[in-house]
Amino acid sequence: MAYTVTTQTRASRITTALGAVLIVVLFALPFFAGRGTIQDMFFILTMLVLAQFWNLLAGYGGLVSIGQQAFVGMGAYALFGGVILWGLDPVPAILLAGAAALVIAVPTAFFAFRLNGAYFAIGTWVIAEVFRLLVAQWKTLGGGTGTSLPRDATRDMWFVELIKEALDVRSAAARDILAYWLALVLALVTIGGIYWLLRTRRGLALAAVRDNTEAAKSVGVDAGRMKWIVFLTSAFGTGLAGGLIYMQKARISPDAAFSVTDWTAYVIFIVVIGGIGTIEGPIIGVLVFFLLQSLLADFGSWYLLTLGVLAIAIMLVAPRGLWGLLSERTGLHLFPIRRRLIGGRLTSSEE
Amino acid sequence: MTMLALQNVSKSFGALTVTDDASFEVPKGQALGIIGPNGAGKSTLFNLITGNLRADKGSIHFEGRDVTHVSAMERCLTGIGRSFQIPQPFEKLTVYENLLVAATHGRNLSESDVRDDCADILERTELIKRANVAAGQLSLLERKRLELSRAMATQPKLLLLDEIAGGLTEGECQALIQTIKEIHAQGVTIIWIEHVLHALTSVVERLLVLDFGQVIGIGDPDEIMSSRAVQEIYLGIDV
Repeated sequence: MAYTVTTQTRASRITTALGAVLIVVLFALPFFAGRGTIQDMFFILTMLVLAQFWNLLAGYGGLVSIGQQAFVGMGAYALFGGVILWGLDPVPAILLAGAAALVIAVPTAFFAFRLNGAYFAIGTWVIAEVFRLLVAQWKTLGGGTGTSLPRDATRDMWFVELIKEALDVRSAAARDILAYWLALVLALVTIGGIYWLLRTRRGLALAAVRDNTEAAKSVGVDAGRMKWIVFLTSAFGTGLAGGLIYMQKARISPDAAFSVTDWTAYVIFIVVIGGIGTIEGPIIGVLVFFLLQSLLADFGSWYLLTLGVLAIAIMLVAPRGLWGLLSERTGLHLFPIRRRLIGGRLTSSEE
Repeated sequence: MTMLALQNVSKSFGALTVTDDASFEVPKGQALGIIGPNGAGKSTLFNLITGNLRADKGSIHFEGRDVTHVSAMERCLTGIGRSFQIPQPFEKLTVYENLLVAATHGRNLSESDVRDDCADILERTELIKRANVAAGQLSLLERKRLELSRAMATQPKLLLLDEIAGGLTEGECQALIQTIKEIHAQGVTIIWIEHVLHALTSVVERLLVLDFGQVIGIGDPDEIMSSRAVQEIYLGIDV
């Protein structure tokens, strides 16, 4: 009576095949799509990365932060600092952005972990504001009004010349393509990495802590350590995304880089309407968000009102988000993490 | 050899003393039952032993090691396993995954190392057919069995059972007693809090009576049950 364990489902095997095709198409996109499409895709991919990391934090780790803009902003400013003060190339400076976010995440966690639930949420927001105010004092990087990346730094950026020749495009378009490809790599590594984490025993521990912290401790799970791992990982990833976003924008100010609306509220919207606690949720959510933004962005505050009403409606009708609703109805899992015991006294019909 | 020793352990919540100067020892391999009226501090005593609560005073030794200031997580790793009075499953995980968390983290092993153990425990506790069901969907009996199974998955030397038989039918209770007897026969030391006395006395070798946080008797189950103190508590006889 031997047992085996599988996480695969028929849908997941189809996803793997379709996913491979999609990845090839996405990498090839700059060869046949216009600059507008590339910029839209860059926006979608970077928001997706932010959403995946917020989801890891809140949906899996139970740490509802509304201070992720601290890591976007600090990452972005670290990139600008590296380029302007140390003369780094913007591309490798993205790693500096991740590192900077990681560095400020340590004291942030040290203070924020003393708080729970709503207090934790507000605490992270306050800490993010502190970082915004501190950065606004940094005169060499433009203080409160901000600054731009030096023209020669963006012109001589790694790979730009190569892309210009290969795709026969102008510098500005080549920079967008480079940013797009980097965003694509970051999004794939993020999704792949989170999926991998959830399939390890650490991922199991994370789910156990989320479901019942006391019981998790009683079966030997180091709940405190799990919180740290999740917080630092998502800070690092959010910092990388922040660096990349502002490398593409090439212009920064404290108010924009530390914007709670742009980098946390929208991100929460994406995760909540897509489906919190799933990898699929943020993917659906970011597509819906992009669609709404393209349709309604010209309507100013009506746009924000619509987002709010929609978020409330979905929370009431489908608390587990659009993906939750779909997956409940169909049993579909594109990124299955559930370990199913098969064989022995379990026949497959009883799954 | 002494498995667990409590010395003058006290715990208060504000002005309310829930554990009052408790001292007792449990030899290795023994099954000890704990009885006492509601609110006597039985579950608190468990939480002090498992580290879910910290003692205000006194010391707790496990296998000779002072664990008074050791975390719940580490106490699990040293071999203290528990079930909760109100089942605390990881609701979104499946039954099998619930055991997997306990086995991989409680014993610090990889998933493939513990797969067969977990399946084996599920067969013994008759949960195997529900292995791939989310724990949140289980019935009360199944939840109680999951509590026991998950505690077993950590491979404890000392197993603490908190009212595991409460709310079960006679037949269900007998099946559970059988499973606990088997676990005990393998040499696992057991401390069992229970109101279902016949279930308790069919397994344990010694009985401890707790009242208002104090140990008011410990010894042979028959003697304890016929003692004046117990009669007073359970039958309300005025002495």
